[in-house]
Amino acid sequence: MADELQVADRPAEKIIAPGYTFGTVTDQISAVVLTRKTPVFWMAGFGLGLVLLLLFLLAVGVLLVKGTGIWGIRTPVMWGFAITNFVWWIGIGHAGTLISAILLLLNQRWRNSINRFAEAMTLFAVACAGMFPLLHLGRPWLFYWLMPYPNSMGVQPNFRSPLVWDVFAVSTYATVSLLFWFVGLLPDLATLRDRARTRLARFAYGILAMGWRGSARHWSVYETATLLLAGLATPLVLSVHTVVSFDFTIAIVPGWHSTFFPPYFVAGAIYSGFAMVLALAIPLRAVYGLQGLITDRHLENSAKVMLATGLIVGYAYVIEAFSAWYSGDVYEQAAMWHRMTGPYAPVYWALIACNIIMPQGLWFQRIRRSPAILFVWSIVVLAGMWLERYVIIVSSLAQDYLPSSWSIFQATRWDWATYLGTIGLFLFLFFLFIRLLPMISIFEVRTLLPQAKVREEAEG
Amino acid sequence: MTKPIYGLMAEFDTPTALVNAARAAREKGYRNLDAYSPFPIEDLSDALHLHKNRLPLIVLAGGIVGLVGGYLMQYYVTVWQFPINIGGRPLHSWPSYIIIAFETTILFAAGSAVLGLLALCGLPMPYHPVFNAPRFALASRNRFFLCIEAADPLFDRGATTDFLYSLEPREVSEVAQ
Repeated sequence: MADELQVADRPAEKIIAPGYTFGTVTDQISAVVLTRKTPVFWMAGFGLGLVLLLLFLLAVGVLLVKGTGIWGIRTPVMWGFAITNFVWWIGIGHAGTLISAILLLLNQRWRNSINRFAEAMTLFAVACAGMFPLLHLGRPWLFYWLMPYPNSMGVQPNFRSPLVWDVFAVSTYATVSLLFWFVGLLPDLATLRDRARTRLARFAYGILAMGWRGSARHWSVYETATLLLAGLATPLVLSVHTVVSFDFTIAIVPGWHSTFFPPYFVAGAIYSGFAMVLALAIPLRAVYGLQGLITDRHLENSAKVMLATGLIVGYAYVIEAFSAWYSGDVYEQAAMWHRMTGPYAPVYWALIACNIIMPQGLWFQRIRRSPAILFVWSIVVLAGMWLERYVIIVSSLAQDYLPSSWSIFQATRWDWATYLGTIGLFLFLFFLFIRLLPMISIFEVRTLLPQAKVREEAEG
Repeated sequence: MTKPIYGLMAEFDTPTALVNAARAAREKGYRNLDAYSPFPIEDLSDALHLHKNRLPLIVLAGGIVGLVGGYLMQYYVTVWQFPINIGGRPLHSWPSYIIIAFETTILFAAGSAVLGLLALCGLPMPYHPVFNAPRFALASRNRFFLCIEAADPLFDRGATTDFLYSLEPREVSEVAQ
C-alpha cells in the first residue's frame, strides 16, 4: 500500500516550483491583468498583431470588392491557400482541447498551469480557421445558406456532403470550446472581481463572474460539469479533424482518397498545436516571470507529446507513399511521384525535413530542456505542418487524372496578405486575452500546492 | 432587539481546518451550512454530503434531444422537404446522417451542461448575503470560510458563535441579511 501511495503522490511534487502559497499564486497571476504597468513585449506583440490585422481587413475589403479572383485559385487548384490555412489553423486549435479535456480525464495534473492559454489559443485559432471557408465562399455575406433553415428558395443543404458535415463540426467545436473556456474562467473571474481596484474592472469582472462565491455546493456541481464537458469535448476534438479529413478522403482525387487520413490528420493537428503551445508559452513565461508556474517540466512534457505525434505523422508519410505504390493504381502512384519529384518537390522535401528529420532532436533531453532551442523547434514544426497541408491540397489538385488540365498554383500577394492577416488576428486576440484575463488558471494551480491537500487527521 | 442576520461566518487558514470544522458542524447537527473555498476540495463535499447532483441527468437529456433532433432534422429535410437524388443514394441515407447527429448531440449536451451548472448553482446571482461578511473577498484568494445559516433549526446566535469559536478559527463574524 505504501508503495502505491508514493506512486500516486509523485507527479504532484515537481509540477510547480516550491515556495508558492495560495496568496502568492493568486497575486502573481492576477497581477499580470490588474497591474498598471504593461510590458514593452506586450505593446510590441499587440502592435504587430494590430498591424497585421489591418492588413487582413484590407485583404478582405479588396476580396469583397473584387471577388476571390484576387487569390491565386485557378482551375484545377480551386482550394489553394484558403483551405490550406483553414486546415492548418484548425489543427493548431486541437492541442488546446487536448490539454483541457483529454489530459483532464487522464488526470495529468501538470496541465493545470497551461490549459487556460491553450484553450484561448484554441478559440482564436478556430476563429482564424473559420475566416477561410467563409471568405472562400465568394459571397461571404450569404454564409447562412450553409445552415438548414426554412427559406423561400425551397432548397436545403445536402447532408450527404462532407463539406456540410464540416460546417456542423467546426461550429460545434467553436461553441463547445467557448463554453468550456468560460466555465473554466468563472472562479478566476470571481478572484479578479474581488481583487480589482478600479470601479470599471470590478463591475466588468463582477458581471462576468455571475456572482460566483466559491460555495462548496457550487464547487461540487462545478466539478461534475467540468468532468462532463471534458468527456464531451474529447470525442468532439477527435471528430473535428476527422471530419476535416473527410473533405479530402471522400473525394476521388488521387492522393486524397485514402482511409488513414483521419488518424493522420488528428495526429498532425496535435503535433502543430503543441508546437503553438510552446511557441506561446516560452516567450510568455520569460516576459512575465512565470517560470515557477510554467516550469521546464511543462515544456519537456509538451516536447514529448510533439515527438510522439511527430513520429505518428512520420509513419503516416511512409504509409502514404507505401500504399500509393502497393495499390497498383497508376494515378495514385503518379500523384505520389509528382509530389516527390514534380513541381512541388522542394516543398515536399522541406516538409519532410521540418516534420520528420528536425523533431528527432527532441529525443535528447538537452534540447527538450532548453527553452530557446525548443522555441525555434516549435516554429519549424509549425512551418512544416503548414507545408504539409499545402502539399496535400495543392499538389493533389494541380496534377490529377487529365494531364491536359494540369496547372501550377501561384499564390498572389493577396493570398499572403490574407494568411499573414489571420496571424495578426490571432496575435491581436491573444494579446488582448493575456492583458484582460488570467492566462493561467489560478484556482487549478492552487490545487497543485502541497498545502491544498487535506491532511490525514481530517479523515478521523 | 437586534437586526436579523443571515448567519455566522468562521474564517480558517487551511483547507484541513475547514474540512474538520465542517465535519464537526455536521456532527453537532447543523444542516443549513455552507463552506466557501478558493478551490474545489474533495473532502469538503464528503463532509457536507454534497456528492449527488442532477447535472449528469440534465446532460444526458440534452444529449438525447440533440441526437434525436439532429437525426430527425436531416431525415425531414432529405426525405420530405427537399428530396433529391444524390449519387443514386436512397433518400433516407442514414450513414451520412451520423456525423451531423453526433455533432448536434455534443452541442446540446455541452450546452445543457453549462446551463445546468448555472441553474443548479442559481447563477447569475449578483447579490448574496455572504458577500457582506468582512474579509469575504479572501474566499477567492487564500482563506476558507464556514457559514452556519440563521435558517438552521439549531441556530442560536450565542451558542452557535461559541461553537464556532471552539473550532479555533481566525475570526467569527456575523453576516448581515
